[in-house]
Amino acid sequence: MKEFKVTPIRNGTVIDHIDCGMALKVLRIIGMDGGNVQSPVSILMHVPSKKSGWKDVLKVEDRELDPRQVDKIALIAPRATINIIRDFNVAEKHNVKLPDVVIGKTRCANPNCITNQKEPVEPEFIVEGKNPPILRCVYCDRILENIADNLI
Amino acid sequence: MSFKGTDIVSIRDFSREQIDEILDLADKMIPYARGDKITKALDGKILSCLFFEPSTRTRMSFETAINRLGGRSLDMGTPSMTSIVKGETLADTIRMLEAYSDVIVLRHPHEGAARLAARFSQKPVINAGDGAGQHPTQTLLDLFTMRKQKGNMDGIKVAMVGDLKYGRTVHSLAEALTMFGAELTFIAPPSLQMPKETIKQVEKLGGKPKVKSKLEEVMSDLDVLYVTRIQKERFPDLAEYQKVAGMYRVELDALREAKSNMIIMHPLPRVDEISPEVDATPHAKYFDQAFNGVPVRMALLMLVLGGEL
Repeated sequence: MKEFKVTPIRNGTVIDHIDCGMALKVLRIIGMDGGNVQSPVSILMHVPSKKSGWKDVLKVEDRELDPRQVDKIALIAPRATINIIRDFNVAEKHNVKLPDVVIGKTRCANPNCITNQKEPVEPEFIVEGKNPPILRCVYCDRILENIADNLI
Repeated sequence: MSFKGTDIVSIRDFSREQIDEILDLADKMIPYARGDKITKALDGKILSCLFFEPSTRTRMSFETAINRLGGRSLDMGTPSMTSIVKGETLADTIRMLEAYSDVIVLRHPHEGAARLAARFSQKPVINAGDGAGQHPTQTLLDLFTMRKQKGNMDGIKVAMVGDLKYGRTVHSLAEALTMFGAELTFIAPPSLQMPKETIKQVEKLGGKPKVKSKLEEVMSDLDVLYVTRIQKERFPDLAEYQKVAGMYRVELDALREAKSNMIIMHPLPRVDEISPEVDATPHAKYFDQAFNGVPVRMALLMLVLGGEL
């Protein structure tokens, strides 16, 4: 019999093909790192992947995440897939998709950028590359070097 | 294209053809800029100057430009005497100025300030320098000076020397010059060399910039030497500053190697980078360059306000 490190879930969402080491940050992005989470969450880190060597996987039971809400994941895990599980089967499968413009999801790493002052604007970036993501600040024109550390 | 109502935020927003259009009009503005001809092309138009940082040339040449075109300028004065000290946001200041004037010229210590201002204002905003970011009107007047002096920028050899890391004029100038086919050499100590991002951008535009640390290596080959100020405050140690500043000082002796028609440019203010003896040589074009700020800014004001001669 095949031994599972984490058992399959009956209903919920599996986020697969997360870049290695990014699982905890993905949890933060989808707002499931706080004390208000009512469903079991399993985190697999550094597991073998057929596609790309190693990967992280997240399983959230009894909750179906809205694929549009989780597109933000593409900022740090551009290859991730969102699988909606119903009765142990994959009912829906989506690839995360980075939009052409990212607004209000990550702050500019340049401390001298006008968006880091007390101005009534949200940080905004043009997506110049999707895999890996390359974001250019619309305001100060700088490339955002470390996206994961600047998520809002 | 019609420039009317266009913001001038970054040189990257403009194509080579659009830049040529601005420079062509600047050429026609020269007799008006000198006061040899009079025009009222922008009669009744008001320009507001919003300078959060010190400026001599940029501010005065904008004021001269609007005056020579028959318009008037409003000056916010020093920020410490305005509502900015009460904590007013730039967005609010801009919305107020938009109601008082037809075009806003902004210099601000934070990168991206002009882009923000342009978003809050229906009236055109002209970036007069945003932190270490862009200074497009300086880039345009630098291009104008080189085009005037050299006729054509295609294939000319330009060396930029000094503080290439923090000097805000050199980054956008390097990109624009590449667009016009100039061959670039960047000369600076390693700690002040051109940022990798700018070098990458120049290469993306088809340029093959050379990176050097000594001016002597390239002097004899140059058409244009573009000198920038090395700022004392960038060095933790005064002795180190003096050593570096001395290494890149342009002296009369060093120019013996130069071509007779090589020109020296500097965005000014200069401190010690160019020996005053050089001023009297035919190489020195930095004061012509400073004058060129007026016709170039007149051209921009004409274009964004839709003026006609």
